[in-house]
Amino acid sequence: MRKLFLAASAALGVVLLSGAAVMAQDTPQVVNVYSSRHYGAMEDAFVRFTEETGIEVRLSSGSAQSILERLRAEGSQTVADVYFTIDAGGLDLAASEGLLQPIESEILTEAIPADLRDPDNLWFAVSQRMRTIMYNPETVDPSELSTYAALADEEWAGRLCLRPGTHIYTISLIGSLIANLGAEEAERVVAGWVANQPQYIDSDTRILETIAAGGCDVGLTNHYYLARLLDTDPEFPVRAFWANQGEGETGVFRNVGGVGLTAAAINRDNAIRLIEWMATDGQAADLTGVPGGNYEFPTAVDAPVNEIIAGFGEFTIDPLPLTEYGELQIQAVELIERVGYGS
Amino acid sequence: MSCGHVLWPDGVPSCIVNGQTVLSCEGPLALPNIRTIMSESSPVSRQRVRGVPVILLLVAFIIALPLFVLLAELLTPQVDFWQQIISTTLPRMIGNTLLLMGGVAALAGTLGIGLAWLVTMYAFPLRRIFERALLLPLAIPSFVMGFVFMATFDFAGPVQTFWRETFGRGAYFPDIRSGGGAIIVLSLVLYPYVYLLARAAFREQGARTIEAARVMGVSRIGAFFRVALPMARPNLAAGISLAMMEAMTDFGTVRFFNFHTLSEGIVRTWEGRMDRAAASELAALLLLFAILVISLERWLRRGASYSQTGGGAEFVIHRHKLAGWKKWLATGICSAVLGVAFILPVTQLVGWLFAEINETALGSWTTVYWQYVGNTAGLAGISAVVAVTAAVLMVFAARRFTSPWARRLVRLSTLGYAMPGAVVAAGVLLTLSPIDHAINDALGGNVGLILTGSLVGLVYAYTVRFMSVSYSSIESSAEKIKPSLEQAARLMGASSWRILLRIRLPLIINGLAAGLMLVFVDVMKELPATLLLRPFGMDTLAIWTYMLAAESFWQAAAVPALTIVAVGLIPVALLMRLGR
Repeated sequence: MRKLFLAASAALGVVLLSGAAVMAQDTPQVVNVYSSRHYGAMEDAFVRFTEETGIEVRLSSGSAQSILERLRAEGSQTVADVYFTIDAGGLDLAASEGLLQPIESEILTEAIPADLRDPDNLWFAVSQRMRTIMYNPETVDPSELSTYAALADEEWAGRLCLRPGTHIYTISLIGSLIANLGAEEAERVVAGWVANQPQYIDSDTRILETIAAGGCDVGLTNHYYLARLLDTDPEFPVRAFWANQGEGETGVFRNVGGVGLTAAAINRDNAIRLIEWMATDGQAADLTGVPGGNYEFPTAVDAPVNEIIAGFGEFTIDPLPLTEYGELQIQAVELIERVGYGS
Repeated sequence: MSCGHVLWPDGVPSCIVNGQTVLSCEGPLALPNIRTIMSESSPVSRQRVRGVPVILLLVAFIIALPLFVLLAELLTPQVDFWQQIISTTLPRMIGNTLLLMGGVAALAGTLGIGLAWLVTMYAFPLRRIFERALLLPLAIPSFVMGFVFMATFDFAGPVQTFWRETFGRGAYFPDIRSGGGAIIVLSLVLYPYVYLLARAAFREQGARTIEAARVMGVSRIGAFFRVALPMARPNLAAGISLAMMEAMTDFGTVRFFNFHTLSEGIVRTWEGRMDRAAASELAALLLLFAILVISLERWLRRGASYSQTGGGAEFVIHRHKLAGWKKWLATGICSAVLGVAFILPVTQLVGWLFAEINETALGSWTTVYWQYVGNTAGLAGISAVVAVTAAVLMVFAARRFTSPWARRLVRLSTLGYAMPGAVVAAGVLLTLSPIDHAINDALGGNVGLILTGSLVGLVYAYTVRFMSVSYSSIESSAEKIKPSLEQAARLMGASSWRILLRIRLPLIINGLAAGLMLVFVDVMKELPATLLLRPFGMDTLAIWTYMLAAESFWQAAAVPALTIVAVGLIPVALLMRLGR
């Protein structure tokens, strides 16, 4: 018995030392990134950046809200150089709270169109994702589908799969409803969704798989989750429907992945180099990572679009300025709690 | 998970719960909340020193400080926030929390007590294997069990798919993504606590007590309800309330099952609303909740002193031999529980692991993997050393004092086991932030967040949370040191330090090892405090698992999840060895 414990303690000691060794190592050229993307594939893109430039990318990931909250709490003391989030609201809030600093870079202003970056160059969108309607073609005819708001109609009772209200994807979509329909109408719509007793599933992939299995007929997810499933199984039985495309309607809801330089960035030059890379070489359609490798739409004007998502067809995008997302989000969270969405 | 007696299978250690002797127990106890506090009945006589021990006071102060700072937060409530949540989400969160705790108490209690009775009182095929193997689910963190169950049993999962293929598309299947699902998953992970304590109690009662009842004309089932259960009450209350506290403190599982509890609400408010102040106040409310539960537990264990006829370690139980279909039913029940609670999740994880290895280039995740392993081991190792060092100081300080203050201080500093990680995190942050800012002000600017931006805050939180684990490990082994030994050393002129290094530490080496290992494993599994407090780049295996699982990357999540389970099996294996 005693031997066993001695062995256990010895093993623990070894583990402890190796842990300390891993933490103590240091490299000269680094850039620290707070990222709310944790798609695994993302890391490959950064690996490629490191190969090309010799700058090591250190990631700390969390949900979109948690990295913003962290950046805010740390303020001028933060170790993060780059703030990389998947939500325009977060970019907008970080910018308006003085957490980011402007980058004067011709590379960036030439690559990224004006509506996809902050007016003061505090942040730059590097990928675009559309949150839209997904349906099972066996049970739903696309002619039955139209807008996000129409999913509040009674005919969708018991047929919806939605993401819970804790997730930023839901929050920002509801924020856009508030902007487009007004607070009152938006609340009526969301209450209508709730009245239809949707299944709340906290994973876009699982929503699509549930639609495929017949667990629900219609769901709302980001477009690239379907592309990802189609890449592994071209016969995957779910179709994308671009929402709000009718006459006088606003267009499909867009959110962006974007990057900004933190106000307190220590590795400023490396950070700018990373951001410039993400806006240019990092936009390649073949690259594992942003945006093509993740089946997102690029933001750089001349960047190629991934083939699978090009197959989803033409669409118009809701022109709601990205700089309004932040304020809307706060209203959206309160609406979600008032209506009792997602629980 | 903690095992106060894991190292002392020899002799008959007394389990002293909250200062009262509960039952002497053969076999180990897995209980953070069983603190083997000195009692009058302790066989070891000690110097009676009055007054308040300074070291104890200091350690207790440091550990309890975050909890007090948190409570003080309630004095200046954010009225807007409270008004909003009282009319919207708060009633549901409180209701769900109570429902979850009640459901887990009922299900984990039934499983734990029933299985313990079965393996203690009856003989059936494979009984000896089940007796130990039923502890295995302890190695699986609840959030890992949660995502495996979700992937397996939800609508798109293989079980329901098979169900539909067999019985048609409309065939009924209960909705797993619900409170019921969370209760089932948590109960499957937590029943071993009840099982372990119930088994100890039933063994101790032994056959004689039951036979005495049967001689009086009570049936076997009657004896169970009228004699065995009432006599085991203190142990059962301890086990069930431990399961309830774990349910209350759970974060990952309820998040996966979309079941909003108070514990989950703290993280949701902190991150979702990005409102640390409001989250802290919610945490303070949950702290009051936890104190209420602890009080209830104490009340349930009141008057906990029972004596049995006979007893002792060599006591033999004459098991009733089950015959015919009954014996296979018993084997079947044990297999079913073990199958669902351990074999299924582990098989599924291993399957995903191989799929992941086949589908991805190994190079892409091995570097990341070792980085996470290093982070986790470093964090867990440092925390284990800190928590055990603090425990050693406290144990030997407490030994010299018999005043009620000493006991109260010990209780205070081991409260963390009932506190959700998010509560502890909020308290630690509220405590350390002002110090951080004061340091920056004093040094005139950019020294960084020395405490909250580094490992200090996180290690502090872990120490608060898992102090009772290390304390009970050290305490139970320190019990064995005879004061005469120390007195002799003192007479020969040895200094206090020399006594500590040359006599005490060598004698409690097993307790030290157990304490280190248990804190290590607990930290490795910890999720909410790590999520909220981890400094830049310090993602652990648990965080990695959680994030991948939250995005339905089950295969990828299996890699870190299986690592956690494998390390978690070490203490469980020791527990099983000693469970004889």
